[in-house]
Amino acid sequence: MKKKGIKIIIALILFLITLIINFNNQWINPIIYIVSYIIVGFEIVRKAIRNIMKGKVFDENFLMTVATIGAFAIGEFPEATCVMLFYQVGELFQSYAVDKSRKSISSLMDIRPDFANVERDGKSQKVDPDDVKIGEIMIVRPGEKVPLDGYIKEGKSSLDTKALTGESLPREVAEGEEVLSGSINLNGVIKIEVTKKYGESTVSKILDLVENASSKKSKSENFITKFAQYYTPIVVIIAVILAIIPPLIIKDWAFSDWLYRALSFLVVSCPCALVISIPLSFFGGIGGASKMGILIKGSNYLEQLANTEIMVFDKTGTLTEGVFEVQKIEAIDISQEELLKIVAYSENYSNHPISLSIKKAYAKEIDEKQIIKIEELSGRGIVARIGEQDVLVGNEKLMKEKQINFTKCDEIGTILYVAIEGKYAGYIVIADKIKENAKKAIHDLKKNNIKQIVMLTGDRKDVGEDVAEKLGLDQVYTELLPDGKVEKVESLLKEKSEKGKLAFVGDGINDAPVLAISDIGIAMGGLGSDAAIEAADVVLMTDEPSKIVNALHLSKRTMRIVKENIVFAIFIKVLVLVLSAFGLSTMWEAVFADVGVSVIAIINALRVLRGKD
Amino acid sequence: MKSKFKIKGLDCANCASQLERAIQKIEGIESVSISFMTEKMELEYDEARKEEIMQKVKKVIKKEEPDVTIQEV
Repeated sequence: MKKKGIKIIIALILFLITLIINFNNQWINPIIYIVSYIIVGFEIVRKAIRNIMKGKVFDENFLMTVATIGAFAIGEFPEATCVMLFYQVGELFQSYAVDKSRKSISSLMDIRPDFANVERDGKSQKVDPDDVKIGEIMIVRPGEKVPLDGYIKEGKSSLDTKALTGESLPREVAEGEEVLSGSINLNGVIKIEVTKKYGESTVSKILDLVENASSKKSKSENFITKFAQYYTPIVVIIAVILAIIPPLIIKDWAFSDWLYRALSFLVVSCPCALVISIPLSFFGGIGGASKMGILIKGSNYLEQLANTEIMVFDKTGTLTEGVFEVQKIEAIDISQEELLKIVAYSENYSNHPISLSIKKAYAKEIDEKQIIKIEELSGRGIVARIGEQDVLVGNEKLMKEKQINFTKCDEIGTILYVAIEGKYAGYIVIADKIKENAKKAIHDLKKNNIKQIVMLTGDRKDVGEDVAEKLGLDQVYTELLPDGKVEKVESLLKEKSEKGKLAFVGDGINDAPVLAISDIGIAMGGLGSDAAIEAADVVLMTDEPSKIVNALHLSKRTMRIVKENIVFAIFIKVLVLVLSAFGLSTMWEAVFADVGVSVIAIINALRVLRGKD
Repeated sequence: MKSKFKIKGLDCANCASQLERAIQKIEGIESVSISFMTEKMELEYDEARKEEIMQKVKKVIKKEEPDVTIQEV
């Protein structure tokens, strides 16, 4: 590339000197033009000759050679040199741009560990991550990447998982916790017991996925390659006709004029601007997405995402945390804190999710000496003696059975009624919590022209409808079994317009069939979940709903740039073709239509890489 | 059977798609995908005839794009 650059500079200097000074000599000018042509274009001519031997007529090297040599033949020396010179500048720029985007993508995918330090025979050995076996102990020092998945056997540290999740806050980890390969150890030395082979570890899975993403091509890419397949031959054939027919029909028309027009055609006939800028844009889009912790498995999905009309969400774990939390405490005649304390004590020995959420909300040490007696009545609740008091904690049934005079509560969720010493003392509402940024995400999706946002859940009607209302969803279907979800998605697929797409967002664990039948299957919380990475087309590494909005923005942005490039390049090319056919434009415009358009399209495509979203 | 190759020396995206079309025509090749951006080629072919098919693929590459080299990964 450097050599090519030097050649171009030398040729360009010679060319400009001749053009500006103009030696006014019928020999010197052409000779300098030819010398500069040979410096910059020899490689192209050589390739052209080689290819024509093999019968490759529509090869761009050949087209450029014919166009420039033809221009020399009719005495247009500056044009001939200039076309070759700028063609080479365009090529150079193109390979620079491609190289740059390749590098910037591989650098953000720079999570591949180079080695692993393994404890063998009591000593630490540096080995290839591929050679580490399950159950071995790895030592990871500060600044090193975690090479394989495992859990911490010894030590604690904070891990930078930015390359995996796009999350910039470090994650604190301690003994017994799971660590994923690809994260970077920030401070303490940790010993990790390996649980997965390198090939199955998170880091290899992610790399595999991103590297293979470009093999699934989008419609736009296929359109462009198809277009290029016909465009070049058609333009070349018209060029031949243009050179031969008009001078034959009308005697006064000079052959050289028409040949000049035909040669301009050849210059414009190269489809490179389009052919390179489209995959470059998608490549940038996929790369930019993985930087944000969004893995897109192919350009086709990026393209479809931009056309999403219906977005279907699973509830638990997707829009809600999937964890029960105390939502409300209503205390009568005692303080809220006191009520919570009594309930926490009563629930102390239970491991039910509801009990756990109560203990979490209480968050203080429980003095077990105060728990005198606890009796669980299945399906109703707990009868306990805490300290000096008889306590009842349970549902409506328990209250009725014990003839407590209580007020029924219409809150959504699981309700625990409490009675102390036979007297009603209030209630606690426990429900699955809606994710923090879920509401904003739904709102943003609507602003981005998602026509219908639907939620499917296996949960109870009142719970599902309450979540849907709080989030402002368009439709909600509740109490669905897994096959019911499939049926609903199938019927929703019929509702969308022909071009519109349906995206399903789930946690990827039990949604595999729905993910498969949707146009785009999006799985959340992909980090560490193989099932999700396997089943979905788009994987969000973290479980924030806002990432979907990011992905949507990015896909729209990419598609806008793709369309701009297609329209701009085809328009300029056709315009210059028409103008040259009528002799209104010269080979200078033709060079612009070829190289200039390439360069502009590539610069435009590179914008995707710099995307803020 | 699926194999992946590193493909080097491609001049442009158009050359990549031309080469892709030429390889697709080889008998025994089920699918081929060449990515100019990642410099990767993915081939799907009849495993029993691997030797023969790979010979043909190399021949086609030599004819279409003599500067291109491939290496299995």
